[in-house]
Amino acid sequence: MLRFNILVLVCISYATLLFVVAFWAEKRAEAGRLGWLRSPLIYTLSLSIYCTAWTFYGAVGYAVRSGLEFVTIYLGPSLMMIGWWWILRKLVRIGRTHRITSVADLISSRYGKSTTLGVLVTLLAVIGTTPYIALQLQSVALSFAVFGVNDPSGAVLPDLDKTALWVAAGLALFTSLFGTRNLDANERHHGVVTAIALEAVVKFIALIAVGLFVVWGLSDGLGDLMMRIDASPVAQHPIHGTRWIALTMLSAVALITLPRMFQVLVVENSDESHLFTAGWAFPLYLFGMSLFVIPIAVVGLEVLPAGSNPDMFVLTLPLHFDQRVLATLSFLGGFSSATSMVIVASIALSTMVSNHIVMPIWLSSRSGGAMVSGDVRGVVLSARRLSIFGVLALGYLYFHFSGGSEALASIGMISFTGVAQVLPAMVGGIFWRGATRVGAIGGVITGFVVWAYTMFLPSFGPAAGYTAEFLAQGPFGLTLLRPQALFGVEGVDPVVHAISWSMALNTVVFLVGSLLSFPRPVERLQGAEFVNVFEHSGSARSWSHGFAEAEDLLVMAQRILGPVEAQNLFQSEAERQGKEGYLPDTTPAFIERLEREMAGSVGAATAHAMLGQIAGGVFVSVEDLMAVADETAQMMEHSSQLEQKSVELARTARQLREANEKLTALSIQKDAFLSQISHELRTPMTSIRAFSEILREAGQTGDMDAESLERFSSIIHDEAQRLTRLLDDLLDLSVLENGQVSLNWARANLHDVIDRALNASSEAGGGNGLVVRRNELSEHIAIETDPDRLAQVFINIIANVRKYCDAETPVLQIHVRRTPDDRIQIDFIDNGSGIAKDKQAMIFEKFSRLTDHAKAGGAGLGLAICREIMVNLGGSISYLPGQGGAAFRLDLPRVRARD
Amino acid sequence: MGKRVLLIEDEPNIIEAIRFILSRDGWTVETHADGATAVAAVDRKCPDVIILDVMLPNKSGFEILRELRAMPDHASRPVLMLTARGQQKDRDMAEAVGVSHFMTKPFSNTEMLDVVRRLAADASGQDDGHG
Repeated sequence: MLRFNILVLVCISYATLLFVVAFWAEKRAEAGRLGWLRSPLIYTLSLSIYCTAWTFYGAVGYAVRSGLEFVTIYLGPSLMMIGWWWILRKLVRIGRTHRITSVADLISSRYGKSTTLGVLVTLLAVIGTTPYIALQLQSVALSFAVFGVNDPSGAVLPDLDKTALWVAAGLALFTSLFGTRNLDANERHHGVVTAIALEAVVKFIALIAVGLFVVWGLSDGLGDLMMRIDASPVAQHPIHGTRWIALTMLSAVALITLPRMFQVLVVENSDESHLFTAGWAFPLYLFGMSLFVIPIAVVGLEVLPAGSNPDMFVLTLPLHFDQRVLATLSFLGGFSSATSMVIVASIALSTMVSNHIVMPIWLSSRSGGAMVSGDVRGVVLSARRLSIFGVLALGYLYFHFSGGSEALASIGMISFTGVAQVLPAMVGGIFWRGATRVGAIGGVITGFVVWAYTMFLPSFGPAAGYTAEFLAQGPFGLTLLRPQALFGVEGVDPVVHAISWSMALNTVVFLVGSLLSFPRPVERLQGAEFVNVFEHSGSARSWSHGFAEAEDLLVMAQRILGPVEAQNLFQSEAERQGKEGYLPDTTPAFIERLEREMAGSVGAATAHAMLGQIAGGVFVSVEDLMAVADETAQMMEHSSQLEQKSVELARTARQLREANEKLTALSIQKDAFLSQISHELRTPMTSIRAFSEILREAGQTGDMDAESLERFSSIIHDEAQRLTRLLDDLLDLSVLENGQVSLNWARANLHDVIDRALNASSEAGGGNGLVVRRNELSEHIAIETDPDRLAQVFINIIANVRKYCDAETPVLQIHVRRTPDDRIQIDFIDNGSGIAKDKQAMIFEKFSRLTDHAKAGGAGLGLAICREIMVNLGGSISYLPGQGGAAFRLDLPRVRARD
Repeated sequence: MGKRVLLIEDEPNIIEAIRFILSRDGWTVETHADGATAVAAVDRKCPDVIILDVMLPNKSGFEILRELRAMPDHASRPVLMLTARGQQKDRDMAEAVGVSHFMTKPFSNTEMLDVVRRLAADASGQDDGHG
């Protein structure tokens, strides 16, 4: 027999393997080398989280109790997948176009970004999914216990409760590590998906292996098996037509409404064409998973001692025959089924909870709305992590208090029916433009209440007040309201009763509510967008009437997307528009793009609200615009064409004007440069000449005290030095500008170069109490550059901070980052008042000193030289707006580019 | 009481040199370094002679002179403009806004002193009746 502690070891090794695989996939994704990780195969395998422990272990138990009925659980989703063209394709397209992050987001977005609906669907999903998570914890705990009981030493009897707690904690750790690593705009989790794809393979192989063992190890091949099946009580169960239809439809619906299925099916989908493969491969997978259920059930009933739990046959059969390897494999299969479901479910739920409950509360608790200080990104991440732990804690508590005695299948069915209540609002929303928010809210609430009353609460039995008397008499003796014979419909199977009543009433209220209410403009526009998604994918609402400062948008985007992502986004947009720096024009297209990116982090409704505050000024104006758009579509099209033309014309005119200004500026620049040089040379010369004349005269008359003599000579000396420095700088600049500079390329540690610069500038600049904050660990990067020249740039920037940072206690932050394309970014950010927007463009020009001469003490060539050095080193220096103080970003290749 | 010079200049070493040369000759030298408030300083101090730099922080010497000349009190106040920009167009500009004398930097100490003395003498000759 297998030792229990060996099993624990196997289990921990397997969990470690999952961590390693997830980490490896994340790394590859970060490096942009996804390759086959982004293939239809992985997509199909990730869908297999449909098969939880309920299907892995529970299907056999289901077959023992109800015969062939378990097939409905596989049949429904197979039909849905085969018919992917009709519903799934539309869901995936809408999901991609509108950056939908969850079921709640889909429904909230469709009905005018309704917060109420977002919260409702989220609550429904959490309540519907919690028992299901508890079920998974229970099955893992049970399977451990099966091994414990069978341990030859007999001493180990693991505590079910403790096992469940450990498993829940481990899963929470894994999920918060890989489920919230970054707030990617499209919410994809490559690490998690790869790990669950691996788990899909493991559980498939495990179940097939147990099946083969049963057919050819415990029976004499297929012929023998068929006879045993015929003789078995499993084959005696009659088939109930209505139950079959209801359950098949319910499972089909579950495929699109279960939060975890929506996550892998829609949110994690990276390519619509993957659906095509999954359309035949996933049913095939399900077929494989169901193939040996009946044989295992039949043989298990026959050979295992009476009273064995049929839900554990997959595990107890190999154990009974002392097949250690097979039993371990089967255990891992069950473990995989349970863990992959819990991981994805908690990611999906945490996204909903944080986007639809935590974030709206957080935002509304801040009076300033979106423009508040503080890091939204940090709040989102913490909200996600807390939600993950919260969801798993709920699952564990449910397991703890429910005692975990119900048959696996019934919990699954309750959960399916609960989440299926979003179906009318979902399908109605993507196929029927007339569907309204009022209808959707009414439908969901009705379905939810009926489900809770007829199915969810009864599952708690007398504890929830569902005594036999209550079931027979109804509440307050109202027989019409008997939970299992609603409105006097008697003699129906309780499951079918609950499914049909909840769905029917839900749908009726949804339809009637939609027909009787009038949609708001936003709803109508979103409705048109969703229903006709194939006609105009990509063109979301127009922002053409917005006015926004790019810098304001950048400040906000940095808080939500994180500084690096936001800056990259803005820079790439600026580049696309043919502008330098980080501030693109705030074109409608750009704001739209920004909204989509932000929607991935905070949800569509919140992103829209935040942008609306900055770009649109007020909500109402946008809505009004949309109302007009919806009603007079033709006029809108015409005027939008005109508008686009005039925008284009304005842009062309501006580009011409800018080009002209540039040309004029160039010719003026040459004059100005000479005149500047003249001024910079003459100023020190004036002092030199004046004092040398004074000294000469004093030499003739001999009437000057020693102190003045010394003072005047040292002024002459200092001014002569200043002249020399100026000439050096000018020569340096001219050599750098002409590209004739000889660089001393060498390998160096970036950290040492920064150290050197800090030392040099603290010697030169004296201690004015500048505090330098740096992350020294991140600076240890081997680079190939001209270390002296690079240090010269650093020294210059640091000297500028010392000179110009006007904060009471000046603080300089140095951030070093290595980008995926092997470049280094070094940000120098101080806490002063920064550089005025209209001056930012000219600071890198020669002689551009922003303050008075006396304070600067240089000729204003420093940053010009820095820029030339960086260009020579193959990099660049730019002013980074929106950082709170003056901020410079250096960008350079980590190793010298060879040509 | 000695005559007073207001030196509007922002380079510390040049200020020190001019202060030394003029005070040795018996002048009272007051200084002002900011362009924006220079006109107000002249208005307050009413010096006998103004020495005015061109490249000042916040407002150029040309601008200051133009404003002074528009004020009745300072329309004929002697102004010696000293500048490191020695091109002809700068000289023309100075003439256009009503400079009393224009000198380029670097200057000869004795020459500068002579000009200041002469400007003061001319002015006191003109203003004799007013004291």
